[in-house]
Amino acid sequence: MTPYTALLSARFRVLLQYRAAAFAGFGTQLFWGLIRVMIFQAFYDSSAAVQPINRAEAVTYIWLGQAMLGLLPWNLDSDIRAMVRNGTVAYELLRPLDLYSTWYMRAVAQRTAPTLLRCIPLFVIAGLFFGLRPPASPAACAAWLLTTAGAIALGCAFSTLMNVTLVTTVAGEGISRFVSPLVYTLSGMLIPVSLLPPGFLPVINALPFRGLVDTPFRAYLGLLPGHELGPALFHQAAWTLALVAIGRMLLQRSIHRLVIQGG
Amino acid sequence: MRDTISLYLRFVSVCLRSKMQYRASFILLSAGQFFSLLLEFLAIWALFARFGSLRGWSLPEIALFYGVTHGSFGVAEIVGRGFDTFSDMIKSGDFDRFLVRPRSTTLQVAGREFDGRIGRLVQSVAVFCWGLHALPITWTLAKAAILAAMVIGATCLFYGLFVLQATLSFWTVEGLEIMNAVTYGGTETAQYPLTIYRPWFRGIFTFLIPLACVNYLPAGLLFGGRHAALSAAPVLALCPIAGALFLGFSLLCWRAGVRHYCSTGS
Repeated sequence: MTPYTALLSARFRVLLQYRAAAFAGFGTQLFWGLIRVMIFQAFYDSSAAVQPINRAEAVTYIWLGQAMLGLLPWNLDSDIRAMVRNGTVAYELLRPLDLYSTWYMRAVAQRTAPTLLRCIPLFVIAGLFFGLRPPASPAACAAWLLTTAGAIALGCAFSTLMNVTLVTTVAGEGISRFVSPLVYTLSGMLIPVSLLPPGFLPVINALPFRGLVDTPFRAYLGLLPGHELGPALFHQAAWTLALVAIGRMLLQRSIHRLVIQGG
Repeated sequence: MRDTISLYLRFVSVCLRSKMQYRASFILLSAGQFFSLLLEFLAIWALFARFGSLRGWSLPEIALFYGVTHGSFGVAEIVGRGFDTFSDMIKSGDFDRFLVRPRSTTLQVAGREFDGRIGRLVQSVAVFCWGLHALPITWTLAKAAILAAMVIGATCLFYGLFVLQATLSFWTVEGLEIMNAVTYGGTETAQYPLTIYRPWFRGIFTFLIPLACVNYLPAGLLFGGRHAALSAAPVLALCPIAGALFLGFSLLCWRAGVRHYCSTGS
């Protein structure tokens, strides 16, 4: 096992311990999902026009959003923030490891472990009682799993980039305050991307956010035809590589100028 | 009583002055919150652009509900910060120090901290004014009074929820994420008229947490019977009192919690 996978599995197991928090999170997200489902159903009942995704698909989309919320890169790693503030980030620099990869692995664990704990009960309850449908077909399920893996890679590259900015800004809250709402809105978490005004789509397609939520969810619903799967995966991979490159460069530069305070 | 109020105001001024030492942070946080809510409102706009209406309600009408709800929540969030983040005090044991001071715990916790973020307040006032401008409502003094009562009632209600959230941490120590379901979830719910929800859900937000009483029920008087779904019976003007009663109830729970409390430290 390489140090990075060891780190990943250790963090993953640590985060799996917070079962009470996961349970509380599950309750909150269930309630939140119910509110959003009722709002969207009311909108669908108000218009007879044919929409890009139908009523039942929109409901499933919302529940998927609640189940997968933890994968979205909307917050910072509080441990890294604390390390930068109190200077223990110096220890991170002493380790014979690549710092970027270490932090990337932390991000993977931070995104996947809590989500795994929360999504299982949510899938069960929302699936049994509140209109979450199973994947449209076995092929759709496979496409969903593939694009979800892509979304995790992309989301963690994004998370790590945000965490890297902590090194230079110290206070650090600033950036995430503006980036999180953007991620939340443009990824499809707030409103399915297909329901946004068509004029926005060229811009949204060019940005990375759609690959985080909308792409896997459309795959799940069977709305991502086979010939679009390749380009969708390419879009995710290209943005992942770009964000990793930017993150590495930024980290390199900020480490160069880093001054550790204290004696 | 006068002494208590002057002490509270002193807490407020100390806290605001300390916040103003970090002016850039104050501006950034407020702007971030404003931006976030602006995007959320744009999403509502996008839904209206696509579906035309929401069960007969138009976007400007929703803007009024949205403005009242988020405006009240914005105020409660600023003044209720001391209760909102209270579970930290229980965990660190800092609350014990409050118990030995010759003042009520309510006053001390209420005056502990204030949130500097005014983004929600500014955004909701802007949305409300836009809605008002777009709707042909004739304003009378009575309607203005009802609107004021709704805002005060809703602020009391949200403040009460923060107090309850703090009270729960006497038992749970850890702050409960589930309370977000009724605070933030409550704002999300009440930004639309309650008619769009299912009956059991309306029941929760009418009888358990009387959000309907400070928002949806008296709103009929503002719209002046323009909606079949809304009654304009004058008696509904009394509904916002429920917000104050809810706050009173929360403070009673708080007292019971303080009596129960027996420190987390050794």
